[in-house]
Amino acid sequence: MLENLPPVIAISIGGIGPAIAIGMIVKSALEAIGRNPEAGSQIQTAMILGVAFAEAIAIYSLVVALIVKFV
Amino acid sequence: MAANLHIAITPETLFTIGGFEVTNTLFTSYLVTIALTIFLLSVRSKIKPTTRPKGIQNILEAIVGGLYSFFQSITHSTQKTQAFTPVIAGFFIFIMLNNWVELLPGFHTILYTGHAEIKLSQIPSVPWQNAAPALAVTNIDEDEVNSDLLANEEISHSNQDSVETESAEEKHGGVPIFRGANADINMTVALALISVGAIQYYGLKFAGKGYLKKYINFSSPIMFFVGILEFVSELSKILSFAFRLFGNIFAGEVLIAVITFLIPVILPIPFIGLEIFVGFIQALVFAMLSLVFFTMATETHH
Repeated sequence: MLENLPPVIAISIGGIGPAIAIGMIVKSALEAIGRNPEAGSQIQTAMILGVAFAEAIAIYSLVVALIVKFV
Repeated sequence: MAANLHIAITPETLFTIGGFEVTNTLFTSYLVTIALTIFLLSVRSKIKPTTRPKGIQNILEAIVGGLYSFFQSITHSTQKTQAFTPVIAGFFIFIMLNNWVELLPGFHTILYTGHAEIKLSQIPSVPWQNAAPALAVTNIDEDEVNSDLLANEEISHSNQDSVETESAEEKHGGVPIFRGANADINMTVALALISVGAIQYYGLKFAGKGYLKKYINFSSPIMFFVGILEFVSELSKILSFAFRLFGNIFAGEVLIAVITFLIPVILPIPFIGLEIFVGFIQALVFAMLSLVFFTMATETHH
């Protein structure tokens, strides 16, 4: 059981930052859309880009965790 | 639990052609490419110039037109959009199809036991194996057909034995024939290299030699170090492109494998829906990031 600990630590700590980041990005995007609904599609495009950048960090730690677990 | 759960982070070799290993991910990506090419060519031959397109032509025109106007909204330049659309739309459609195709039934479940080299050896006219000629030559005087068959059986048996002792995949009962191509790091690195290479190409083409000033700039010491940083950021673009796509698709593959292993009925369905969404979003992100980088590289003024 203890040998599963390193990937668990990797993904759980690596997930904290991107979770906060994605929450903040979507929050501000929703506020912006609420204030200016006409610019909704443009804001959505930029939001998806930002979310993808933030999510990439979580994916890096996921890849590290998977490599530690399976290789 | 890990006894029956077969998760491989590297692609597995199906067969070799002259020392070139054809892996299951490469095989699948070729199938996708061939299917897409045949489909688009067959549609292209049926396209008629009309103001009221019908059927499949209508759908494809909507897709192409939608992508074009979407790219136009990012580049704000007709010239750039016309230059970038084939590359970016190609990225988008190819990555999306490769992501979706691995959710089809048959992927990861159809296993391939043994090597294709054995099958090749059963064709009598192919003198591919060096280990057998002595046997074949001694028997050739008696009866050609029988000896050929005999020799080839011998070859296949000996090969099967050697394969069973050599390859590690045999322990799992074979390797999956089909596997999503983007779950292979080689594929995503190749796509990332093409994308980052195209950034440099379009930068040089649209901004001329001024583009190189981004990297090599002796106007001030600060700009010189900024140039080095720009160069490093190009390298990190490759890594980020490759690992984002690979991580998402491979994680989806592992997720579905684990869920299917735990509860095979009903429960995987929402996760497959999630993976369809993730496949679309990742293809969109890859294409859109490439397009944004293209547009940033081709801006002449800074």
